Amino acid sequence: MILTVKNLTMEFDTKTVFEDLNFDLKEGSMTALLGPNGTGKTTLINILMKLLSPTSGSFQFKNNVKLGYVPQFRNIDAEYPLSIKAFVGLNAPLIKKGKVKQQIQHELEETHLTSIQNTRMGEASGGQKQRAYLAQALLDQPNMIILDEATASLDPVAKEELMKLIKHLNQKHGMTVLFVTHDVPLARKYMDEYLYLNNGTIKQGKMSEFDGDYE
Amino acid sequence: MFQYQFMGYAFLASTFIAITCGVVGVYVVARSFSFLAHTLSEIGFAGAAFAVFIGIAPLWGMLLFTLLGSISVGELSMHSDQKESSISAISALFIGLGVLFLAISGSNSRYATNILFGSIIGVDEEGVIQLVILSIIVLLLIFIVQRQLNFDSFDHIGALAHGIKTGLIGVIFLIALAMAVSIGSQIVGSLLVFILLTLPSSTARYLGKTISSMIAWSISIALIGVWAGLYLGFITDWPVTFFISVIEVVIYLTAYFVHVIRHRL
Repeated sequence: MILTVKNLTMEFDTKTVFEDLNFDLKEGSMTALLGPNGTGKTTLINILMKLLSPTSGSFQFKNNVKLGYVPQFRNIDAEYPLSIKAFVGLNAPLIKKGKVKQQIQHELEETHLTSIQNTRMGEASGGQKQRAYLAQALLDQPNMIILDEATASLDPVAKEELMKLIKHLNQKHGMTVLFVTHDVPLARKYMDEYLYLNNGTIKQGKMSEFDGDYE
Repeated sequence: MFQYQFMGYAFLASTFIAITCGVVGVYVVARSFSFLAHTLSEIGFAGAAFAVFIGIAPLWGMLLFTLLGSISVGELSMHSDQKESSISAISALFIGLGVLFLAISGSNSRYATNILFGSIIGVDEEGVIQLVILSIIVLLLIFIVQRQLNFDSFDHIGALAHGIKTGLIGVIFLIALAMAVSIGSQIVGSLLVFILLTLPSSTARYLGKTISSMIAWSISIALIGVWAGLYLGFITDWPVTFFISVIEVVIYLTAYFVHVIRHRL
């Protein structure tokens, strides 16, 4: 198991977001974290990323795990000046040696951004931006990646392209994927397993057998 | 013109100030801190007036007030929903205090004008050394945290997701900003220091696509402004600050219109 979650409970003041969550993720799995809006999906991710502390319970990643995380919202407006390449490299050392430059080029290639790497992020399309966020996270060489509503604001074509890319990362590089979404049809098409967070509890199973009461 | 020692000092001091403000300004604009920079310069005015009142050099009063001010304004604006109003309130308080300190210290109005509009021609050797040392400290501060500062300023959410201590980086930057405001005030005055902190770097956003190229553009444009400003001030006897403001505004507007025209075509 790459992640084991035990009795995880989160409360804000008097409101219980979820209670006693228990689940684990297999190495190399493709899991959709499903659930209606406002059900605590992002809260759960923030706990896993250690950006929030849970009220009680625990979770454990496998020792060799290296996490990549693509958060839900970014502040990139139309006037944002950095090129796609510069944006992807924000996380790289300041003085970029040959090896780092190669890695940046490799991730740009992997995310199909090589030909537009000098386009400003502010002028990039929604799908291109989303792939740049992914490339930036991939620069850390993660073996597990968490994406929070990565397809939420994309048009159908950009959605498909991103999902194929994620599938590729999983199949070719064995990357474990946790994909947060409320888009059930998309998850059915590309994900193998699901976690369904609703009313403070979680269910786990095969995506093909998902029968959640919302779509 | 360089046969006059005061012009030599003025050029040296303003070169370092332009470099410092050019670098810091890139982050001021990236973090949307222009209004904060403006407020800090007013706080600097109060600090300078306070220094005159207790009889020390204006620079130290400015440093004291801007450091305290930047931390408190930074904290307030990070936690308040009404960011701009809280900054306005603090700014109003400090302008009031500045006027009070000047009045009760009984200094003449020339002193007030120097603080507000700058007095680079009056910089002496000791002043130059202080400014150069302070500039180097600011640049070192930025350099030490530059990787994290770059990430946090240009992609705050991404930096958070990567576990960067954005709170600490923010405080270090506010200290650097406060110092940049204090030393920048020595040349263009506290009312107009925000010109050097915002205009060259705003122009640089149209010209550069990487942080290093934006910094290079920002420094160059700041340098053109202060060097040409000093020269024109020397030959015309008009205020240096006037020339610096006009030059920076013209360069900014030119870059802006070229940008707009390119995007219309």
